[in-house]
Amino acid sequence: MPDAIMRVWRGDATGGAFKEYRVPTDEGMVVLDVIHKIQATQANDLAVRWNCKAGKCGSCSAEVNGRPRLMCMTRMNLFPAGEPITVAPMKTFPLIRDLVTDVAFNFGVAKTVPAFKPGRSEADGTFRMMQQDIDRGQEFHKCIECFLCQNVCHVIRDHPENMPAFAGPRFFVRLAALEMHPMDTDSRAEYLRLKAGLAFCNITKCCTEVCPEHIHITDNAIIPLKERVVSEYYDPVAWLLRKLVGK
Amino acid sequence: MPASELAATATLRKDTWWLEPLLIVLGLGGFVVYTTWAALQGAHYEYQNYLSPFYSPTLTPSWWPWSPAILILWGPAGFRLTCYYYRKAYYRSFWWSPPACAVRDAHGAYTGETGFPLILQNIHRYFFYVATAFLIFLWYDAIYAFIFDGRFGIGLGSIIMVVNVALLSMYSFSCHSCRHLCGGCLDKFSSSPLRYRLWRMVTTQNESHMLWAWLSLVSVALTDVYIRLLSMGIIRDARFF
Repeated sequence: MPDAIMRVWRGDATGGAFKEYRVPTDEGMVVLDVIHKIQATQANDLAVRWNCKAGKCGSCSAEVNGRPRLMCMTRMNLFPAGEPITVAPMKTFPLIRDLVTDVAFNFGVAKTVPAFKPGRSEADGTFRMMQQDIDRGQEFHKCIECFLCQNVCHVIRDHPENMPAFAGPRFFVRLAALEMHPMDTDSRAEYLRLKAGLAFCNITKCCTEVCPEHIHITDNAIIPLKERVVSEYYDPVAWLLRKLVGK
Repeated sequence: MPASELAATATLRKDTWWLEPLLIVLGLGGFVVYTTWAALQGAHYEYQNYLSPFYSPTLTPSWWPWSPAILILWGPAGFRLTCYYYRKAYYRSFWWSPPACAVRDAHGAYTGETGFPLILQNIHRYFFYVATAFLIFLWYDAIYAFIFDGRFGIGLGSIIMVVNVALLSMYSFSCHSCRHLCGGCLDKFSSSPLRYRLWRMVTTQNESHMLWAWLSLVSVALTDVYIRLLSMGIIRDARFF
């Protein structure tokens, strides 16, 4: 197989450049394998965050040829042989070094999400849920927190000034899981509207496009949450029904 | 190269990311131009028992001097304008916000749908109600298209009209607001089994909402073109029965 031509971002917050490496490859290699080979043979100080190499830990997020991807799940034969492949760090988050970014923004948002608030348990102290009530939430629990959806979302990617007012797609998935939980008693409509900035999302679906777990973030989490916020704040008929029925 | 320069790069994508927005501009833009022209004509919108969907229901009050289509098209136009799929399509293609994933947004500041006028997108479910009312008229027209001089018959126009209204129905009832109203708003499906079944049916079609949006967009324009050409005497209707 011909050598891969890798253009890898090298540098830190103060500056850097794309540096080119020629790497012998074998069949079946993924981008992370090639990055590891560079690290082992040509650039021992290349910083890259990784852990499972199986698409489940969400550590090796980067931008390969400009597309947000998990490096461990991106096969080299996806790219035309002999053409340079660009590997850059996630653009949305502050750069620490090389391919490693500081994703602490997400942990800060996570702390603000109103927690699960269960109702009263049954007489024997347990909860019983029907299968159809929890099926919908299973999809949301697949999230591996790779933060590729947060990285690609233009609300904060191109407008970092929105970060204090916008939770981002990963947390809309979390909020959808809580809101649709059959045992949860809390309403997060106010949080979604005022704190999480749900209305910033213009549903352009990039989060869904890059999700390595194929979660339908926009259709199954964000839009249903938008509809719940509409019922709560923008729908006079729903408001009237709530007043009359008391729900 | 400062790291800020890397962040300022419009995109590092090498694929043809511009193709999809370009096709949508051509498709949606072409439809809007044709619909506007057809709606302003106020003529050649019916032929025998066929009625163009742009003119159904036909309202012709004596005080209205312009085309009757203008009185009604706000309904279906509002439904499509506030539709979650079309929002994605035109925010990306016409407004470049963003033009494609991981391609820089074309605007210096961004507030999304937080303020006027885009906050009005929240009335989508009301346009869904309006669009459903329009479907009743369109189904009536489609059935009436099988009645030629008081007798049952089938023309190419009858088939076109029934296919068109079927596609419009699939588009309307696969809508995200419809999905929410049918059962998506519930937390406990087990307590409302009928609504759960309905939600599952709508969910299945909702996965193809984009497809229904485009097919119905094309069909509604083609139906008008066919009836217009018949009315202008340019073509003749094929009768099968």
